[in-house]
This record gives sequence, C-alpha cells and structure tokens, in this order.
Amino acid sequence: MIMKNRLSKLLEVVVFIFPALILLLIFVVIPALKTLSLAFLNAEGQFVGLLNFREVLLSNDIINLDRFPTKSPPWGALIHNGVWIAIHLPSVVALGMILAVILRDAWGGKVIKSIIFLGMITPMVVGGGIVTFIFDERSGVVNGILRFLGQDQLIRSWMVYPDTALLALILGSILLWTGFSLILYSSGLSTIPQEWYEAAEVDGASSIQKFFYITVPSLKPVTITVVSMSLLWELKVFDMVYTATGGGPGASSTVLALRMYSLAFRALDPNRSAVIATLLTVLTLAIGLLLVRSTTKIQE
Amino acid sequence: MKKKKFSWKQVIINIIAWTAGLIWIIPFMGILMASIRPQRELIHGWWKLDEVTISFDNFLNAWFHPTAPIGEGIKNSLIVTVPATILPIIIATLAAYGLMRLKFPGRRVLLVGIVLLLSIPQQMVAVPLFQTLLDFGILNTYQGLIITHTAWGIIWITIFMRNYLTTLPPEVEEAASLDGANRFQIFTRIILPLSLPGLASVAALQFTWVWNDFFMALITLYDPAKLVATQRIPLLKGQFSVDWGVLSAASLLVTAIPLLVFVLLQKYYVKGLIGWTSK
Repeated sequence: MIMKNRLSKLLEVVVFIFPALILLLIFVVIPALKTLSLAFLNAEGQFVGLLNFREVLLSNDIINLDRFPTKSPPWGALIHNGVWIAIHLPSVVALGMILAVILRDAWGGKVIKSIIFLGMITPMVVGGGIVTFIFDERSGVVNGILRFLGQDQLIRSWMVYPDTALLALILGSILLWTGFSLILYSSGLSTIPQEWYEAAEVDGASSIQKFFYITVPSLKPVTITVVSMSLLWELKVFDMVYTATGGGPGASSTVLALRMYSLAFRALDPNRSAVIATLLTVLTLAIGLLLVRSTTKIQE
Repeated sequence: MKKKKFSWKQVIINIIAWTAGLIWIIPFMGILMASIRPQRELIHGWWKLDEVTISFDNFLNAWFHPTAPIGEGIKNSLIVTVPATILPIIIATLAAYGLMRLKFPGRRVLLVGIVLLLSIPQQMVAVPLFQTLLDFGILNTYQGLIITHTAWGIIWITIFMRNYLTTLPPEVEEAASLDGANRFQIFTRIILPLSLPGLASVAALQFTWVWNDFFMALITLYDPAKLVATQRIPLLKGQFSVDWGVLSAASLLVTAIPLLVFVLLQKYYVKGLIGWTSK
C-alpha cells in the first residue's frame, strides 16, 4: 500500500513537472550557462578570465567616449541604450499617467485608448517600418509638418543620417510603447477610491493638486511595474532597430542586442557576443530582482 | 459622479484627448493610405488628397511578392504560432498545478528558479541554442522554432497560471478528492474548467508574442521558403529605395492577425497583460 502510494506520488511529479523541467533545461538553462562560459573563453576554448569583458567594454562599439557626448553618434551600443532609457522611460511614464487621467474624463476616451494601444499590438518589426515611414523625407508626415512650419533645414530622411537616426528611433518607440503604460495606469486609476478626491475637493484642492497629491502617489505600485517593464524593453530593443536602420548608418543607431546578434551571426565571434549577452543578462536580472522585491514588499 | 454641466476644464480635457488621438492615429493612417494608393500619389505625402485612386494592387503584390511573399509568410507563421501557443499552455498549466499542490523535494528552488528565468533575455541563449537545434536535427525547421517558443512560453505561463490557480477556492478540490478522484481527474475535471478565463488570457498573449516574435525566428529559420511573416518585413523594405505601398500593405497583413486576436479576446488580453505585469 505504501509502495503503491509512493509510486503514484512519483508518477504525479513525472507527469506534472517533468515536461516543463526538461524543456526548460534543454532550451533555456543549459544554453544560458553555455553562453556564460563562452564569455570567459577565447576562440580556442581556453579560459582567459575577464579578458573578453575588458576588450568588449573598452571597444568603441560599446562605449565611445571620443564621440560622446560632444560629437554626433555613433557613441557605442551601451551608451545608445542609455540614451534610449534617458529619453524613452520618463516619456512613457509621464505620457501614460497623464493620458490615463485625461482619457478617463474625455468624450470617446475608450476609442482613443484603443488607438494608442495599436502600437502595442503591432509587431515591432512592423513598428520599425512605420517609424521609418513617418520620418521619410518626401512621404513622411514629420517632414510634412516641418515643411508646413517652414523648418526646411530639418527636412530629411531621419533614418539615413547618423545624427538623427537614433533620436528618430527613440521618438518612434515612445509612440509605439505608450499604449503599454496607458493601459496599466488606466486600470490603476480605477482602484483609487473616489472619496479621496471628494474629500480633497471639500478642502478646496485644485485639479493639479489632486493629481500630484492623490493620483501620483496612489499609482506608485503601477509606476514600479511600468518603469521596470519599460527598462527591460529598452535594454532588449532589437526588432525595430533591425528593420528601421540595421543599426546604421555607420553603427550610429546600434544597440546591445543588435551588437550581440551581429557579433555572433555575422562576425562569427561567439565569445565577444557572449560577453554582451552576459552584460545584458546582468542588467535585466538586476531589474527583475528589484521588481520582485518591491512587489512583495507592497503586498506585505 | 461626473458633472454634466459645461466647464472649461472639460473642454480642455477633450481638446488634449483628441489631439493625442490624432497624433497616435496619424502613423497608422499613413500606412493605410500608402497601402491603398499608388506610389505616385504618395511621393509628396499621403495626406495630399487632390487625386485619390484606391486600389488593392499593393496587397496582391505583397501577398505574391517574388522574393518575400507575405501570403506564404502568414501561412508559415500560423504553422508555428498555433502549436507554440497550445503546447506551452498544456505543459505550463500542468507544472503550475504541480508546483502548487504536489509536495516534492526542490519544489521551492524550482519555483524561484523559474521566476529568475523570467528576466533572462533571449540573447543569452541564442548561440548555444543554435547548436542545440543543430544537434537535434531541427535547426531551420518549424519544429525547432515551435519547441523554442514552447520552452520560453513555459516560463511565464507557469508563473501566471500558478498565481491564477492560487485564487481558486480549495474546497472544490477537497470535495472531489473525498469522492475518490485522483490528481489527474481533479486536474482535468475541476482545475481546467475553472481556469478557462486565465487560459484565455494566456492564449491571447502567447499567441500575439509568438506571432510578433522576430529574434528567435531569425536565429532558427533561414530557408527563404520557411521564413515566417515577421522575417519577411525587413526583406520587403530592402536596402535603398523603399516601395512604401507594398511594405505598408504587408505590414497591415502581418498586423491583422494579432489585431483580430486582440479584438476577439480584448477583455482577456487586457486582464492578462495587467495581471501578468503587476504580479
């Protein structure tokens, strides 16, 4: 009886857990560990310690302090991701929060929300095409507006010039990603008790005061989620850059994920590509751990 | 709650809201206009409406494109996406239930391990995965991409479904086990039917993410006839002069499927996204 019981317990674990466990080991865990080890080996498979890290971090492809910040890009992939974060992150947080408040009270707000969310449904490869199109010299709407405003010196296909390609990509990515923060903030807003606003109104608070003293602090858990998910996206951005510019011209819009890909599959240098992958993983893992810690703290 | 009377505040809110709506719809309007009008009408901007000829030639040209036919790409994407949605849902829901109910050594370590895997970027596995698929003889096959997406899907779906299952009342399970049902019967007859809303959210998101994926496909499929839809978009764009009409039509065709999923499963889609990201 006990024997049979044990056997059926074992069978349960085999059926419920093993399929997932085996697939995760073969296709995620072991490859990730192999990449980690590649980062410490040279092309002949000998252990070289941190040599690859040194070479990658000191190369102009990753950090180019000769050009940053005084000259135009290329500034190196790591700095490009940093610039991406510096512009994209505050924009999507602010736009998402403000638009969530405004669209809640606006006529047809639901329709506008769906329009903004279109960018999240669109594959990012297509997003890269859309962004190139809106910044195209003759058919693009941005240049159409600039022409209308008489700013002819700015008219150009933004993606083909090193000084504007990265900026155009970042601006386009804000357009595509705001739908994400908007949806999260919209659902967060509905959890704030209406009485708080009514009490503030009794005290004579203005709309601006209500926004900064009630809405913003109440949405803090949502903000933590939006910030960390956006950071992860900004670090891993690949598809839209690949379609729009391929990282060019002259590496002026390349990013870490794209460098990793071209080192591995074009330059056939798995060791240096593994260094970039490892750096990316360290960064994303740190953000993931912070997110887990802060959400469990809030739940307590 | 809302005041019905006229107020300047309400006017300003509506002006900002509709301006935002306009800004966000313009890029998509552009794609739509470019897809249904000939190239010569777009050259000075798709918003010029002096001469409007509507034709679906661009869609036909994209669908049957000589080097990167989108029709074939959509077919290939479906071949990959449908099993890569169903398989991880089955495997991960089993694992989620097992992690919640079964007592076995290493249970907690496994759970924490899967949570950590959530933060691993796909770039971290790319090179060795290529080798693994080659060793198994499934590099450059749909099976290879399906199994890759299945493994990656298992990570987030296991955590999502575990969170979901813990919200179900334990009493129903207890009643069933008193009636003599074993674990497998409880799982298929009680847990699965109760999980349907959660499974709908998971299906909507996993389908969209696999369909929209580009990186994994780029690494695992390279035979021109096997390329999935997203892989064909950069090929259509080309290096130098871009045919915006064909590229726009192709973009709309590729986006139509996830858009359809969103429209049909909107409630579950949004719930899943919110539940997923804020847990």
